[in-house]
Amino acid sequence: MHLTYREWWALVHGIIFGAFFLLAFSGGLAGLWSLRAEWVTVEGLRERVRRLKIGTVTMALAAWGTVITGTWIVYPWYRSKSPDSPKSKLTADPATADWHTFGMEWKEHVAWIAPILATVAAGLVVYYGAALARNRTVRNIVLGFFVAAFATAAVAGIFGALITKAAPVH
Amino acid sequence: MATPAEIEKQPLAAPAEAEPPSGPAAALILAGGIGVFCMGLVTTLGEASTGIADGLQWNDRVGPLSGKTLITVIVFAAAWALLHTLWRRSNPPLRSITITSAVLIVLGLVGTFPTFFQAFE
Repeated sequence: MHLTYREWWALVHGIIFGAFFLLAFSGGLAGLWSLRAEWVTVEGLRERVRRLKIGTVTMALAAWGTVITGTWIVYPWYRSKSPDSPKSKLTADPATADWHTFGMEWKEHVAWIAPILATVAAGLVVYYGAALARNRTVRNIVLGFFVAAFATAAVAGIFGALITKAAPVH
Repeated sequence: MATPAEIEKQPLAAPAEAEPPSGPAAALILAGGIGVFCMGLVTTLGEASTGIADGLQWNDRVGPLSGKTLITVIVFAAAWALLHTLWRRSNPPLRSITITSAVLIVLGLVGTFPTFFQAFE
């Protein structure tokens, strides 16, 4: 069992940051959904808001980590002009060219939307804090940004996994 | 650990302190929309013109994606800082700013969709 230097970075980009992002999303979604003044005590609210702040900020940092490592470390190996690069292999065969011309082209751009939306969600949670429990409008806005961040990251993540299966970075 | 009876006696998180001004939140929400729209715009412009695509190549190894992503991050951060400075003590309407931001986000998403931007090749 052995991973090359490039495979290690692909792992950090897709699995390590991805796992943090997914964990933070599930915790944050449950926390946001149930954060209502009528459901929690003052003490419970304080503890929940602290956890929510940590979760949403972690999700935003994981999203930035994913796109920065993906674009600036792994992507140059993918798009290298060498005939052995994943992009060269995919585009050389009409049967697999769409993995690049549609899949990778969408993934590399849409992925950068996720950290922006996650930062907005995290910023709102940090700014409003416990007031989120009383303000349903702001809570719904945060939920919207939070879910949209996840949806764009999911598109990028799914295409990333499928493209790696078709032509991995070695 | 509190017993169920003690928990029942604890006060619910009732309305207490005043809401903070909506300005800083509105600045962040609109800056997010502007950032996403910018990504869609530079993606489509880069596809429409080889001159622009070459200009976006800030790093040879990463290619035009380097310029697109850095411009997007700079625009997002600058919009956030500027709007925050303008609105930090005011109360702009959060609902209409969120709708504006949502429209910008949808346009940005369209701009990053290959079937759309490749039509400008």
